[in-house]
Amino acid sequence: MADLKMNLAGIRSPNPFWLASAPPTNSGYQVQRAFEAGWGGAVWKTLGDPILNVSSRFAAFHYNGQRVAGFNNIELITDRPLEENLKEIYETKNLFPNHAVVVSIMVEPKQEKWHEIVKRVEDVGVDGLELNFGCPHGMAERGMGSASGQVPELLEKQTYWVKEVAQTPVIVKLTPNITDINAIAEAAAHGGADAISLINTINSLIGVDLDTWNTIPHVGGKGAHGGYCGPAVKPIALNMVAECARDERVGIPISGIGGISNWKDAAEFMLMGATGVQVCTAVMHHGFSIVEDMIDGLSNYLDRKGIASVTDIIGKSVPKYSDWGNLDLNYKVVARINKDVCINCNKCYIACEDTSHQCIEMLEGSGGNKYLEVREEDCVGCNLCSIVCPEEGAISMVELENEHKSMTWNERQAVMETFRK
Amino acid sequence: MGYSKSMNISLDDLDQNFQEVQLGLTSIEALEEANRCLYCYDAPCITACPTSIDIPKFIKKIASENLLGSAKTIMDANPIGASCARVCPTSELCEGACVLNHSTKPIMIGLLQRFATDWAIKNEQYLFEAGIKKDKNIAIVGAGPAGLSAARELARMGYRVTMFEAEENAGGLNKYGIVSFRLPQRISDWEVEQVKKLGVEIRTDTRVGVDIQVNEVLETFDSVLLSIGMSHVPELGIEGEDLNGVYDAIEFVKGTKSGSLPKTMKGKKVVVIGAGNTAIDGATCSVRLGAENVKILYRRSMDEMTAYDFEYEFAKQDGVEFRWLTTPQRIIGNENGNVCGIECLRMELGEPEHDGRRKPQPIQDSTFILEVDAVIKAIGQSRYIELIDDFGLDHHDGVVKINTDSFLTSNPKVFACGDVIFAKGQGEAMVVTAAQQGKEVAYAIHQQFTREIVEAESNK
Repeated sequence: MADLKMNLAGIRSPNPFWLASAPPTNSGYQVQRAFEAGWGGAVWKTLGDPILNVSSRFAAFHYNGQRVAGFNNIELITDRPLEENLKEIYETKNLFPNHAVVVSIMVEPKQEKWHEIVKRVEDVGVDGLELNFGCPHGMAERGMGSASGQVPELLEKQTYWVKEVAQTPVIVKLTPNITDINAIAEAAAHGGADAISLINTINSLIGVDLDTWNTIPHVGGKGAHGGYCGPAVKPIALNMVAECARDERVGIPISGIGGISNWKDAAEFMLMGATGVQVCTAVMHHGFSIVEDMIDGLSNYLDRKGIASVTDIIGKSVPKYSDWGNLDLNYKVVARINKDVCINCNKCYIACEDTSHQCIEMLEGSGGNKYLEVREEDCVGCNLCSIVCPEEGAISMVELENEHKSMTWNERQAVMETFRK
Repeated sequence: MGYSKSMNISLDDLDQNFQEVQLGLTSIEALEEANRCLYCYDAPCITACPTSIDIPKFIKKIASENLLGSAKTIMDANPIGASCARVCPTSELCEGACVLNHSTKPIMIGLLQRFATDWAIKNEQYLFEAGIKKDKNIAIVGAGPAGLSAARELARMGYRVTMFEAEENAGGLNKYGIVSFRLPQRISDWEVEQVKKLGVEIRTDTRVGVDIQVNEVLETFDSVLLSIGMSHVPELGIEGEDLNGVYDAIEFVKGTKSGSLPKTMKGKKVVVIGAGNTAIDGATCSVRLGAENVKILYRRSMDEMTAYDFEYEFAKQDGVEFRWLTTPQRIIGNENGNVCGIECLRMELGEPEHDGRRKPQPIQDSTFILEVDAVIKAIGQSRYIELIDDFGLDHHDGVVKINTDSFLTSNPKVFACGDVIFAKGQGEAMVVTAAQQGKEVAYAIHQQFTREIVEAESNK
């Protein structure tokens, strides 16, 4: 069995699966149950000055009968007294010395406030700190969370204050509610962060009730934007992780977060540069026990690939991720329909005909049998047909031999430039 | 509480035995199933439906929780789409054509259709409006599936429609002929209401040729549509047919759909003659009325049986026994004139006949007697030849001859559709076929009038 142990900027855990700072890590009882179930680490729900929460806090986006494609919350940081949390953190760490106990913290943007919370938390014995610069609702209205995280200078300065006193590794958690993720990731690195974690939740409104015209969720008839997470945000998160991973000016380890629901998602994040991952929505949907298959599945995958340690896959796909200008303009794939497998639903036909390049033909054989065929000379290799095809193996995207030698847009522009000179 | 051999059949509460057997989908089940549909382009299920319901469209509307739109899509194409959702042999039609047969498992189209139409019934929806009134009066003789379908379409086009129905209620086969545990009467009643709401007048308890003369109908109306279906089960032509305890399967099923259930079958030994869907109905109704033992006697073998496979399976589950290659010779009565036995003869199959089915031949000296209390005849249906003759229409053994394009009979004013034009070797006499013919004949009538108007205009 492959070695799943991981080390994020000095924080060690028996496997790369951590619970993200969120409702599942609200108490010692929960975190201890999670560790018993197999989770390698947990980021304690954000500590700070006590707050008040509202009732009716979560909502979910269901798609075509599939429940919880996306999830949204307007819950704030911990509403339990700091002393109580610290006592439970101490107990938990003592019970599970080999598991990663990281504590999320958030205070007003003042040096003494940060110094004070860092000392108090580290005093009980934790493995690391995560600075919450991502929470997009409520706390942001008070200048904390994403309000700080959206301003690179503010984020950098507060990170610096923390690092002035912190004895344990400091992870800075980033908000995706920003135009350029690299700008804030670089600011965190400048401020001295040991690692970054991303993404926090995305500003969102789940829906509107068509009977009452209330927002979903609503608090006594009024709503406010929440933070969006769950499977639907995974592609956004994966890109942001990859963008940070390939940015040399960031250059610090990454804890990947955003829609990770199983071992495959986790492996993808790690291939794209995450050292480990954090999970929340999937456990809120299914409970802590899902970690069993995450561990088992990842381990089997690594064994199948002949990889001894999970750390060996970190960042392996990052060199394959670049800018559009570096893509080969002469690379060509076309769709081919396998008539023996095709079930003739004609989804590909109508998708291509109505919305792409009109290169699939509906034909009839001599025996009256209907079949579909791609006019390869007109196919641009967009993949749409194979995306809408419900039958595994009915459409393959086939690589054609390059007629011309590889040429990217950037190379082409450079050549054009030499002609102009 | 007493239960018969078949575990779910009560001997104390017969009404319970006649409750619908198959449960409808719950909202969640319907949503899940609707979302499983691929929404094929040029979908084969539409082609496989005799009424060409846009199935992907109505399923998509279930998925988007637009149930009114879904029910309208169904009923627009099939005026008796709620009944068809329950009685169509879907595995041979839409569901049999579903592309997912080649992949996972076909979409439960029938149950989804039932879900949408049940919603409309439960919410007392009226789905369509009558067209702007046209100055043409049309008589429809027979308010069964074909007639109702035609009436609905004609009324939507603005024609003034009067229906004549011999029975107490409209609905025909759906109302009286299909067993309640497959099709509750309220479903047919709702479909009839939909038609009535369009201004169609339905004169029930009015038998044309008896309560109103054929000539009067022909003279009063601009066009007449004959959709009278078929009549009672013919004579077996054997001794003892007039004994007490000999039933016509059609009348017998009707008896289970006309007020309180008869108690006459309790504890009885019953044989049903024939192996079509009506025979299955007669047999399962007998079981559900408390019969002790029910046997189906068929002179051919299982391979020649015309009942649907699912009906056969259903009968077996109800504990019905099948005696293949058995033909009745004589029904035996006791001193009170009641059935007490049936003398049968064993058969064997010979050479194929003109319809491809092998001809059954008696085995010599194979006579045997079954002790029975009731005999149900289900060997097909006879025709209303007298009425057809009264209309003066050309027919072949009671099958009215028509022009297959226009549904016009030998009388240029009289059209015909449904079972009255159904003949052997001409497809299946399904409810859904009748519905489609009803639509087509309505368009044919409309076309005839339109042509008259155009010709009158051009002659001016």
